[in-house]
Amino acid sequence: MAGAIERFVPDGSTVAMGTALEPLIPFAAGHEMIRQRRRDLELVGPISDALFDQLIGAGCVRRVTAAWVGNVSEGLGQCYRRACEQGIPRELEVFDHTNFSISLALWAAAWNVPSLPTRTLLGSDILRTNPNLSLGFGLVHVGAVRPDVAVIHVQRADAMGRAHAWGPLGISEEAGLAADRVIVTCEELVDSDITLSDPNRILLPETKVVAVVHEPGGAHPSPVQGYFKRDHAFYRDYAEQSRTADGFAAWLNRWVFEVPDRATYLSRTDAVPLRIRGHRYSAPADFGHE
Amino acid sequence: MSEAYTPQELMVAVASREIRDGDLVFVGMRLPILAYAVALTTHAPNARGLFEVGLMRDRPAGAFLGTMGDPPNVAGAVWATRMSNAMALMAQGHVDLGFIGGAEVDRFGNLNTSYVGDHAKPKVKLPGSGGGADIAILSRRWVTSMSHEKRRLVDRVSFVTSPGHGDGSRGWRERNGLLGGGPVAIITTLCVFRFPEGGGEAYLDSVHPGHTVADVRAETGWDVKEASNVGMTAPPTESELDEIRRRSEELT
Repeated sequence: MAGAIERFVPDGSTVAMGTALEPLIPFAAGHEMIRQRRRDLELVGPISDALFDQLIGAGCVRRVTAAWVGNVSEGLGQCYRRACEQGIPRELEVFDHTNFSISLALWAAAWNVPSLPTRTLLGSDILRTNPNLSLGFGLVHVGAVRPDVAVIHVQRADAMGRAHAWGPLGISEEAGLAADRVIVTCEELVDSDITLSDPNRILLPETKVVAVVHEPGGAHPSPVQGYFKRDHAFYRDYAEQSRTADGFAAWLNRWVFEVPDRATYLSRTDAVPLRIRGHRYSAPADFGHE
Repeated sequence: MSEAYTPQELMVAVASREIRDGDLVFVGMRLPILAYAVALTTHAPNARGLFEVGLMRDRPAGAFLGTMGDPPNVAGAVWATRMSNAMALMAQGHVDLGFIGGAEVDRFGNLNTSYVGDHAKPKVKLPGSGGGADIAILSRRWVTSMSHEKRRLVDRVSFVTSPGHGDGSRGWRERNGLLGGGPVAIITTLCVFRFPEGGGEAYLDSVHPGHTVADVRAETGWDVKEASNVGMTAPPTESELDEIRRRSEELT
């Protein structure tokens, strides 16, 4: 993980994360960016369930291009508030979107066009405040957003970068296609036999993937279908501790700076009961050809 | 009887009654997740739920949900897909009803979930639209719910994240190209407001048991219009309450 972040997420990068909305959030990758004290990042995402709040609080972020930043089960993002309201720990630029419009912004970049038209956002003040949105011919034109890198957490991947993800996908496909490069983090690193047995389930072309990181539990406290339940209590504790800048600093020490890697992090959590044990496998699809 | 249920339970029951049998419902977070489950098990067994994360369901999830993306909401879904596909259905007018949470709502049903105060130097930075503005603009009709406080029910919101009936003039939405019919109800901890067909200003339709019109007026930031016959909100039925409690028991 450390090598992938060091090499592919330099200071100033535009980074898409949390693209599956509440599930599959690449917390381990985000925490590594904090540990490496990345600066001046632009974060791109739909909703961000606490991860963006943490990176903002840690001073890594210059701009947020997103539809929603907070803590889904607990409400407001306290670090986001401090940054926007008081410039703590630094001033933050916000380019507001809706979930639909951030998807369109990424599809525009994926299709290599300057913008895509839509009817959403008509009548919303978001149109006035985000310079990448404009009105013309009775439609809203959503300017392309091209991330330098998308970080995607999935259930399983092979070493060639073929990533299998299942469950709702949010805006993961357009984020990966729009990005110059993709970092995949995965619960399981598997042989190509497994990924190639179901090419429909491969999320993105392997030609976009620059790194595959085997990082079990790398999405905690967010859920991973078939692997981990959502750790609601962890989100609640984070909301409480991040109420003050000092409380957030203590949280960051305990959960990011004092843990050298994900295994140590997980040993500090109550993640064992969160592991999903009741499996529900899909029926295999027959790819036979002769 | 006033002690027999909480204000939140009443709000969930009222919200569930907005769902008609056969509706495709764009379900949001928390209260609507419960309201959708209650509707399915009571009066609207054929309603389908659409979740912006990229899911469609035809029955409630098998276990408690903290978010729409929790694993029990995925197991047994009738469609797991990408978000833009869910948005496509809504853009085509296939979503009958949406739910939107709000921090502030005004007399014309416009919602602010972005900035309290000047957006360049906000007093409070709220999380943002999420899918709220999309639902407000594209679903056929929608409902919002919030705690009834003077600071939340304001005369005009300072920032319109999710447009309702705009400036309140008739036909405002149509003139501005918004597709759906806009807000039909504001459900609060004290009462239910509704809107005239074709847009306009919210009017007080019913007051929850144990509260009065005067209570509503005291806690609302505009001069409240009343329906010709302000009723009492029907309390939750036993089956509504059973379902709500069964689904929220893990909530602490």
